[in-house]
Amino acid sequence: MRKTFELCELDCAACAAKMEDGIRKIEGVSHVQVNFLTRKLTLEAPDDIFEAVLKKAEAVCRKTEPDCRIKR
Amino acid sequence: MTRRQKILLIRIIAAAVTLAAAALVPADGKIKPFLFLVPYIIAGYDVIKRAAVNIIHGQIFDEKFLMAAATLGAWALSEYTEASAVMIFFQIGELFESIAVGKSRKSIAGLMDIKPESAAVLRDGKEVRVSPEEVEKGELVTVRPGEKIPLDGIIVQGSTSVNTAALTGESLPRDAAEGDRVVSGTVNLTGAITVKTESVYKDSTVAKILDMVENSSSKKARTENFITRFSKYYTPCVVGAALLLAVVPPLFAGEWIKWINRALIFLVVSCPCALVISVPLSFFGGIGGASKRGILIKGSNFVEALAKADTVVFDKTGTLTTGTFTVTAVHPEKMSEKELLSVAAAAESRSNHPIAESIIAAHGADIDSSRIGKVNEYAGMGVEAEIDGEYIYAGNRKLMEKAGARWHGCHIAGTVIHIAKKGEYLGHIVITDRLKPDAAAALGELKRLGISKTVMLTGDRAEIACSTAEEAGVDEVRAELLPDGKVEAVESMLRPGKPVAFTGDGINDAPVLARADIGIAMGAMGSDAAIEAADIVLMDDRISAIPEAVRIARRTVAIVWQNIIFALAVKAAVLAAGAFGYANMWLAIFADVGVAVIVIINAMRALSAGKRADKK
Repeated sequence: MRKTFELCELDCAACAAKMEDGIRKIEGVSHVQVNFLTRKLTLEAPDDIFEAVLKKAEAVCRKTEPDCRIKR
Repeated sequence: MTRRQKILLIRIIAAAVTLAAAALVPADGKIKPFLFLVPYIIAGYDVIKRAAVNIIHGQIFDEKFLMAAATLGAWALSEYTEASAVMIFFQIGELFESIAVGKSRKSIAGLMDIKPESAAVLRDGKEVRVSPEEVEKGELVTVRPGEKIPLDGIIVQGSTSVNTAALTGESLPRDAAEGDRVVSGTVNLTGAITVKTESVYKDSTVAKILDMVENSSSKKARTENFITRFSKYYTPCVVGAALLLAVVPPLFAGEWIKWINRALIFLVVSCPCALVISVPLSFFGGIGGASKRGILIKGSNFVEALAKADTVVFDKTGTLTTGTFTVTAVHPEKMSEKELLSVAAAAESRSNHPIAESIIAAHGADIDSSRIGKVNEYAGMGVEAEIDGEYIYAGNRKLMEKAGARWHGCHIAGTVIHIAKKGEYLGHIVITDRLKPDAAAALGELKRLGISKTVMLTGDRAEIACSTAEEAGVDEVRAELLPDGKVEAVESMLRPGKPVAFTGDGINDAPVLARADIGIAMGAMGSDAAIEAADIVLMDDRISAIPEAVRIARRTVAIVWQNIIFALAVKAAVLAAGAFGYANMWLAIFADVGVAVIVIINAMRALSAGKRADKK
């Protein structure tokens, strides 16, 4: 499943790149893109573990930019 | 300004005022540091907090952490005024950066403004407003003047003119009436129309375009990947250098404070943000600017390739030429030109072959159908028609031989239609596929831009191909090619470092589009196959869009390099000056946030690349 989410308060381009790197390392992620300009996160992972992957991705976002939230 | 930006502005002002007050108030040496603590905290509390959180998370090379370390370092060295002032200055930079980013995001959002908000769909005889995503294929939607057409479809009722500027950059409205196809994202100007939808929103032209522009940043240019890799090493290296600078020289020469101070400058300059932000932003700006002109580029890697394009290959029919046939010469044997055309038109009047249509169109006047009797079509030869009781043959050489007429060839290149009455040769009509009006100018433009070779590929006969090529000003022709031959021809031209662009109509040359370094599909408005297969999609069929695309790509790449060189040069200069004690904290902050603001503003020029090119 591939889904796109909006990222609130994404203010730093370097952080966006770090987030992308971090999320890519999560197990099960087959594709990820953090677009700093459109503030969009595109995440692809198998359906059955998507929710778990998304949770881990959220943790990565918080870690790199504490104000940044994934809008569901 | 957003709420966050306003709060930041107020904090900056408050910090500046309290800093001035702290500097002016006469207080003794022990209380003074505490007075300076007030502006420092007002300006930098969030930075300090973030730095602390980041350390806990193990993120030490973050901009905020580096700022906190630098200013706390200054504090430790009793440079109270400097510590507070630097923090304020940093926040001013952050504010500017945030405003600049916001501005560029707005311009990008402007590009995305082609999305239709709602559709008025007819269900059970009533009009219901729903979002375009909810409309099914085959439903009827009404579109009033001034509204965006929500989905691709065919007009079943009403007529209007449509503004396609948002998709093609062409400002001249197009007329559309019953039976015509209209494309989502264009604006209905004059009349109310009812449209039968041909696809769901997800597969509509507008959704495809939006998807392409938004996802163009996932196909990264080499420069972009280089910068990402570079910045990964840059920060740790500079921070490492700062540590060495703080420790090594004083071990030999003493003066710890002086060297630590210089090391702090390194910390401030070590953030790669200016680079990380400006390169993708410039590419995105270029891609966005191009999309305003009806040129869709699927990724920044293609912008880079197009800027370096060495050879541009064109398909002939439908790309360099209009793809519609026109009569260019009428050569009768005995009768007048008009008479010959009239006979030919009558014979061809029952046929819907493109050649027949062109002859009928050239004849212009009505044809009295009562004159026409039996009509036989011979596939691959032509037609035999009974007109006023006599047999008329119109077709190629083979048909003439069949009719027993003594035909002769023509000096003009093109498709020749011979006409005979029984065995008597009446003359011939020459039909050619006309060159697009802007073809020659566009090819000249490509030459001026320094494209080293232009090539035309075609399945047509060599003599027709050569005359078209000469008229257009193409350097090289490869004619009589089978579809596979086109792929082979393009393959033979591929050279590393010299990108080859292939331009086709995208309908039957998808393999060639895919094989070329840069596949350009023309006239793609509404053609899904072309949008899928190509790397660059031209919404309308102007050839002049190709030199325009090359110019936009070059300008974008130039801006990218300006930004990279400027940012790196300023940082290198400040680092060098800082190491030898010629730079202060202020300069360091400029090298960080100041440079970021400048490169963002420069990057946004790429957005107007298309417009500038237009004015020239």
